[in-house]
Amino acid sequence: MDLNIAAQLNSFLAAFVLLTAFGMLVQRRMFGLVHLFMWQGLFLSINTAIVGFVAGKHHLYISSVLTLSLKVILLPYILHVLIRRLKVHKEVEVVENIPMTMLMGIALVIFSYYLMSPVSQLSTLVTRSTLAVALATVMIGLLMMITRKHAVSQIIGFLAMENGLFFAATSATYGMPLVVELGVALDILIAAFIFGIFFFHISTAFDSLDVDQMARLKEED
Amino acid sequence: MKLYKFIIEFLQVAILLGIAPAFMGWVRMLKCWSQGRTSAGLFQPYRDIIKLFSKDVLLADNASWIFRFTPYLVFGTVVLAGGIIPMLSLELPIASTADVIVLVGLFAIARFFTALAGMDIGTAFGGMGSSREMTIASLAEPAMLMAIFTVSLASKSTSLSQMVHVVYSGQSVLRPSLAFALFAFVLIALAETGRIPVDNPATHLELTMIHEAMILEYSGRHLALIEWANMMKLVLFIMLGAAVFAPWGIAQTGDLTAILAAFLIMLLKLAAVGFVLVIIETGLAKMRIFRLTEFLGSAFLLATLGMLSFFILE
Repeated sequence: MDLNIAAQLNSFLAAFVLLTAFGMLVQRRMFGLVHLFMWQGLFLSINTAIVGFVAGKHHLYISSVLTLSLKVILLPYILHVLIRRLKVHKEVEVVENIPMTMLMGIALVIFSYYLMSPVSQLSTLVTRSTLAVALATVMIGLLMMITRKHAVSQIIGFLAMENGLFFAATSATYGMPLVVELGVALDILIAAFIFGIFFFHISTAFDSLDVDQMARLKEED
Repeated sequence: MKLYKFIIEFLQVAILLGIAPAFMGWVRMLKCWSQGRTSAGLFQPYRDIIKLFSKDVLLADNASWIFRFTPYLVFGTVVLAGGIIPMLSLELPIASTADVIVLVGLFAIARFFTALAGMDIGTAFGGMGSSREMTIASLAEPAMLMAIFTVSLASKSTSLSQMVHVVYSGQSVLRPSLAFALFAFVLIALAETGRIPVDNPATHLELTMIHEAMILEYSGRHLALIEWANMMKLVLFIMLGAAVFAPWGIAQTGDLTAILAAFLIMLLKLAAVGFVLVIIETGLAKMRIFRLTEFLGSAFLLATLGMLSFFILE
């Protein structure tokens, strides 16, 4: 595989990561969200392996396998079990004004491109062009956390943000040191357990996972 | 030599005219099989058109010239579009005078007059159909132009022949922008040709029909022309997609054997796309009309993302 084709594959996968991010932004069904998250993890993991190959950094292969096992298999499995246990798998979330959200997403992509273009010009890495996409993925994850009311989709937005950060690290500096990445992976895993517990608490307290219900927490005066 | 090219052009238009009903028959046949029904056969659309041509035209008393003129205009623009899109050969004399934007314009003219004719008689259905059609058009056309601009960014030209040349020269392998544009184009083509997630071509149920509502008052040869134009429009959109995204097979020279090969490959492409179309149509239900903004919004989003990814990633 020569370098040129690898670079093209890299940008192709970056485009698909962005596409899944947009897909999550507008997806209403819980399982649909989890599946999109799985796809994003898969594209990310293949992308990391390709970058590792191009750059000759072998620790990226370990990150790639870590991404694959954690974000494509383990986390989606945990989310699946949670969604089934909480009996929200048939819920269709009410998402306000999807076309508007999509336009905001596009604006975020343009903004990240504007922000990252000086950085990419200084960089000499093969992956420099995907930097803007990585930042856009982070921002779209954030936008998803803002626009959604359902706790599960907010968490998936959070995880998508983490995906974007990981992607940014890979494309900006060929990945963080392995120790840091192992630490982050462990954090994500712990976070998964913690939000699992929180989901159960929210759903027993409010009979729903809609975080708007939390407005009821304020004291009566 | 000049004359020879015109002969090829005429041949292409003649093939379009001849093949469109057969393709419609093929789609209907596959659809019948997929639903466990017996089909009326590949040639039923021809019989329908012949029957309609032999019938009298019934005109409402208050029909103006717009109503009588529209079927010929719709048919004419579609035939003209058939001369622009490279289906068999790249060396089309008309194609060098018109690019993709003209093509979108031609379809827009046909749509505009169909909508006017829908309102001309003054029945409720016609007006409703026109209003719905224009709603869809206002969303589909920007997305269509955006998808086309994305492709023309890669080939640095809006001329279809030039786009095909660029793909042939092998400069564009694995372009993310083209993948996005293809997704967007599929969504738009479904909307523009009135296929199932957007409009149901087989229905005459008053609440759901869009295109059928506009042409409800037509009869006889007028209806035949409009139906025939519709069949050709479906083929044309498929051939447009094929020319832009998978042009392999279109003859680069005016060589007769190359043209014959191009014709056979075109038939294969049509058969394959018909198959995919039927899978889409049997797999999906018709969308609620107010969800269409989302459907076409995603088409616009995909096309815009394609354009952005051209600048960011390529």
